[in-house]
Amino acid sequence: MFAKRNASGLPGLFVAMSLSLVFIFLDEKTTHLQPLRYALAYFSAPFYFAGDLPSQATQTLVDRLHSNDDLRETNAQLQQQILLLQLRVQKLAAMSAENVRLRELLSSSSRLDDRVTVVEIIGMDPDPARHEVIINQGANKDVRPGMPVLDSEGLMGQVVVVEPYSSRVILLTDPTHAIPVQVNRNGLRAIAVGGGRLDKLILTHVPDTADVVEGDLLVSSGLGQRFPEGYPVGVVSRVKHHPGLPFALIEAKPSARMNRSRHVLLLRNDNKNSDGK
Amino acid sequence: MRSWGFVLSLIAAYYFSVLPMPLWAELWRPEWVALVLIYWIFLLPHRVGIFTAWFVGLGLDVLKGVTLGQHALSLSLLAFFAGLLHRRVRFFPAWQQALVVMMLVGIHMVAVRVVQSSVSSVLEGVGYWLPCLVSALIWPWFSVFLGFFHRKPST
Repeated sequence: MFAKRNASGLPGLFVAMSLSLVFIFLDEKTTHLQPLRYALAYFSAPFYFAGDLPSQATQTLVDRLHSNDDLRETNAQLQQQILLLQLRVQKLAAMSAENVRLRELLSSSSRLDDRVTVVEIIGMDPDPARHEVIINQGANKDVRPGMPVLDSEGLMGQVVVVEPYSSRVILLTDPTHAIPVQVNRNGLRAIAVGGGRLDKLILTHVPDTADVVEGDLLVSSGLGQRFPEGYPVGVVSRVKHHPGLPFALIEAKPSARMNRSRHVLLLRNDNKNSDGK
Repeated sequence: MRSWGFVLSLIAAYYFSVLPMPLWAELWRPEWVALVLIYWIFLLPHRVGIFTAWFVGLGLDVLKGVTLGQHALSLSLLAFFAGLLHRRVRFFPAWQQALVVMMLVGIHMVAVRVVQSSVSSVLEGVGYWLPCLVSALIWPWFSVFLGFFHRKPST
């Protein structure tokens, strides 16, 4: 790590800067540096897991401090919730069977159930301009880039970088992320781009006359072959028509709780059962 | 002995620069890695130089998951200027040292921003430059703290 003879002065700076520029170029435009990044990620994993320790410790502490009554109460609530959910599942089973039959009648491909695993968020990107989180499974658990991530309320994002023991997930609200959606009410298609804030998505290039109103639910459309069809993405929070602009200004609030969920679901489909036509 | 001090403080700096924090606190996070580098360059300018800074920066790139080379570039730039200044700075009072540190961290952040704005999104507004100020403000305590871990060189 230590340079034997310190190369201070302009020649050293010149070499270091050109090397960095070459690295930046290679990493942006090609995939040649992926193996290097992957190898170096072995060294970054301990930092991520150690960085999660404080919040994990507080969590355990809070768990320990729950009173008996509290626990009994939550237990009762959860029992009730389970009953309700089971009731819904019963209906759902019949409905999904019916759906499969109808799809067979229409001779379109059937939709499989999605295989999910529960993963834990162990870190966040320290740069507020980038909405990325780190989850605790990586190549060791066969995570692959492009796998969608959701929480109990809706889609959260997708895996972008897989490291040996962790992966980076880009959130829907990152300004460089876009997801194909449709309005649940009428099937109108649009693209939801991240708004740069954890509670904002922007629908781009929607005509001024399109039928979108506040409160409309946006679901993933499955176009683009990345996200499965039919998961909630957000709720339209603001629609503004401006005569001087070619498109309507439409904002939505993501359904997923971007900054609260700790346990999230990783969808392990290989982009085939999302309605492969 | 001193290389151990360097490696340990660097590990701590890496740890604190990716430690998850609430969103409002994120902007107030000092540039720990830059501070550690500046400290050791001022102390051991012949051992810690531009190429050390380059490797340290590459490590930070991997850790933060950003384009490889951007922190390597900015930190080697920082190391170059810190190397130019170290003889004078050693005799400065603490507040003047803090000003120099603010300038050095500023150079580093400008370089990061130039690269970042050309490859991805950057934070708008003055909030981006807050770590620069915070780094300078904690510098006097930071340097005293790190000073506990080694004997002062006889200048």
